[in-house]
Amino acid sequence: MKRIAISLALASLAFGAAPLWAQQEGEPEAQPPVASAPSADARIKTLEDEVRSLAEQVALLRGELSNLRNAKTPAPAPKDGLLLTSTSVQPGSLSASAAPATPAAPDLVAPAQAVQGTQAQTQTYGGATSNAKLLNPDISLIGDFIGTAGHNDVAPSKSLEMHESEVGLQAIIDPYARADAFISFGETGVEVEEAYVTFTSLPAGLLMKVGKMRADFGKVNTIHNHALPYIDRPLATNNLVGGEDGIDDAGISISRFLPAPKNWFMEGTAQVFRGDSSDVYSAQRREDLSVVGHIRAYRDLTESTNLDLGVSYSRGHNDAGTVANNVFFDPDHFLTNLYGVDATLRWKPLRRAIYKNFLLRTEMFWSARDQLSPLNAFQTQHAFGSYASAEYRVNRRWTVGGRFDRSGHANNANLTDTGFSAILTYWPSEFSQIRGQYRFGHLALANPGDFSNANEFLFQFLFVMGAHGAHPF
Amino acid sequence: MISLNSGPIFVPAGDKMHSRHLTTRIAALLAAFTLVFALAGPPPARAAGKIQIMTATSDLAALAQEVGGDKVDAESIARGYQDPHFVDAKPSFLLKLKRADLLIVVGLELEIGWLPPLITQSTNPKIQVGGPGYFDASRFAKILEIPTGQVTRAEGDVHPLGNPHYWLDPENGLRIAKGIADKLSEMHPGDAAYFAQRYSDFEKRLKDADQKWLSQMAPYKDRKIVTYHRSWPNFAEHFHLNVVGYVEPRPGIPPSPQHTVELIQQMKRDNVKVIVVEPYFDLKTPNAIARETGGQVLVLPPSVGGEKEIKDYFSLFDYDIAKLKQAFDTTK
Repeated sequence: MKRIAISLALASLAFGAAPLWAQQEGEPEAQPPVASAPSADARIKTLEDEVRSLAEQVALLRGELSNLRNAKTPAPAPKDGLLLTSTSVQPGSLSASAAPATPAAPDLVAPAQAVQGTQAQTQTYGGATSNAKLLNPDISLIGDFIGTAGHNDVAPSKSLEMHESEVGLQAIIDPYARADAFISFGETGVEVEEAYVTFTSLPAGLLMKVGKMRADFGKVNTIHNHALPYIDRPLATNNLVGGEDGIDDAGISISRFLPAPKNWFMEGTAQVFRGDSSDVYSAQRREDLSVVGHIRAYRDLTESTNLDLGVSYSRGHNDAGTVANNVFFDPDHFLTNLYGVDATLRWKPLRRAIYKNFLLRTEMFWSARDQLSPLNAFQTQHAFGSYASAEYRVNRRWTVGGRFDRSGHANNANLTDTGFSAILTYWPSEFSQIRGQYRFGHLALANPGDFSNANEFLFQFLFVMGAHGAHPF
Repeated sequence: MISLNSGPIFVPAGDKMHSRHLTTRIAALLAAFTLVFALAGPPPARAAGKIQIMTATSDLAALAQEVGGDKVDAESIARGYQDPHFVDAKPSFLLKLKRADLLIVVGLELEIGWLPPLITQSTNPKIQVGGPGYFDASRFAKILEIPTGQVTRAEGDVHPLGNPHYWLDPENGLRIAKGIADKLSEMHPGDAAYFAQRYSDFEKRLKDADQKWLSQMAPYKDRKIVTYHRSWPNFAEHFHLNVVGYVEPRPGIPPSPQHTVELIQQMKRDNVKVIVVEPYFDLKTPNAIARETGGQVLVLPPSVGGEKEIKDYFSLFDYDIAKLKQAFDTTK
């Protein structure tokens, strides 16, 4: 804007000057060519005059420019003067200036005008086009670049990948709803990670979400990749709860605060999904819906410490009944039941919140998966998985963390993977993040008792463009 | 599709029934959940007739309490000694927000990192953005440092709508109080006279106090100071201080060695002796700068509740001005 103003000023200066020069060149020629000493003097004099008038014009333009600039700072002196005049003009104004200012209009009118003043404010920077843009949703893009070195025979990942570019579109739809959409452009294509509308004004304290969303099953399942405190997801999530995408499906969610003991906050969530989520659930028919239920209990232990607990349940149809040894079966009988508990302890001193904090989290999952045994007999595999992680913010820019993983395989509970990770994160600013993670895995192979050790170093660059999103809690 | 019985499978008795009615069961479960949710818990009892006000920051709570008197209960989400940019969206706030009749926010994207999810999850229709109980105080205040031209994050965590630390100007305090008084009268027309009287009383007291503050600050007119974050433009404008530099190289970016060196040179050149630091920032860099320049680090709370003795909007200025005077006198 400033640049435009300056170039405008320069342009008007040039245009203003041009006729002057033209005139000045024209005039002497019109005179008889008696170029003698006095006429040269006169010429110099006119030139001097013109230079002077030009200088005046420049001063005038400068004045206008600074006026324009001042107008940008919404110091609506006359309007606000109804209440008080700006002290920067009149020291000691509060009582002194209010008196002369008020007679113009009674005090009561002032706030309304102040509102008008601020409405004008939004218009001051941008003009008509950007006013139209004001109705656009908040747009953001989070880039997530991951590199991997070392070796992993069981689940090798690419050396370098632009893991995902997640576009977020968020807006208030109307007085009763808001919508959030996160579209992820990954290495293999585009996926709607989440897109849902939230109805915020329902009766009886209900909160309803409709659309595709990450299910409220535990903690890590609800968190987007870029908001995780690690580069990868815990082994238990990968083995039992659908891996990176997790339980992420189209459906309806209803939640409500529950009556709770004093100082506790409790919330219950019930969700119904179509029943298609990664390799956890698969819906062959309309009635193969999956459900998720979650109860959260939260308590502030002190101002800076809090405890967050949850229990989750989920149930849906798996694909074990669909294809086995090239024989199709009735999917009716093949269900997966998932149970989860999660606990989080946070410590964040309010005075030093941006420098120091600590988070301890653990989640446990039990999976009961109906399937066919190698001998084609119906069986239910009961697998257990868990992780425990800690992160500590050392200072404003550095965070260290660690995670311990242990998990059985959903389709073979006898195979258990174990692993641990050490994580170091650096924040150049709030809008970018560089992270390194050393990961060791003691991973089970198909034959019980056979293991493969994986030693890997992962690094990640994250960057955020556009709208400032909310910090996850 | 071959039927299930074609395979040599053992199917537990009763399992078929169980699964066939899964959909029905889900529906029943959902209905039960909804019913339980809908019936569970009567609305929490509240003090008779008092308007329940939640505010984003403690200063707004103080102003609301000034004009609301004993007809309102005002409580802030952020504490006065907390960085208002970084507040955790704790669920415990949800219970309070759910009960609120009025939510007063600073606006200008100050709370963008934590308030939107709280509002959405509060399940309180009144305080949704644009709802009857949503009140953006910035609409009543004089806003400084509105960026012109292109805004990029190369300038740090800039606020495209202007500097949100506007409450540190008593005139803005008065404007906001007026706005709140009108809002309260609109919500409870029966008490309009009460709120109007409270406001005019507040106006009188604030004007008297402001005169006192201005005369206290008069000897230090145009003193140059350095602040950690850009929290003080409105304060500096009102009390005629000259903020010549910031410890942060850009808003929201932690101090860098190069910028610190430049700042020290500038402070030496301009003979700046006072470094104002908000109570939630680290003192290491400011202390180092003070040692280099022979200056003084002054921890100055920008909000009510920033120190124990700062209990209301008046004592905020009393405290800050007394501290500033002391610092100016000792560094002269």
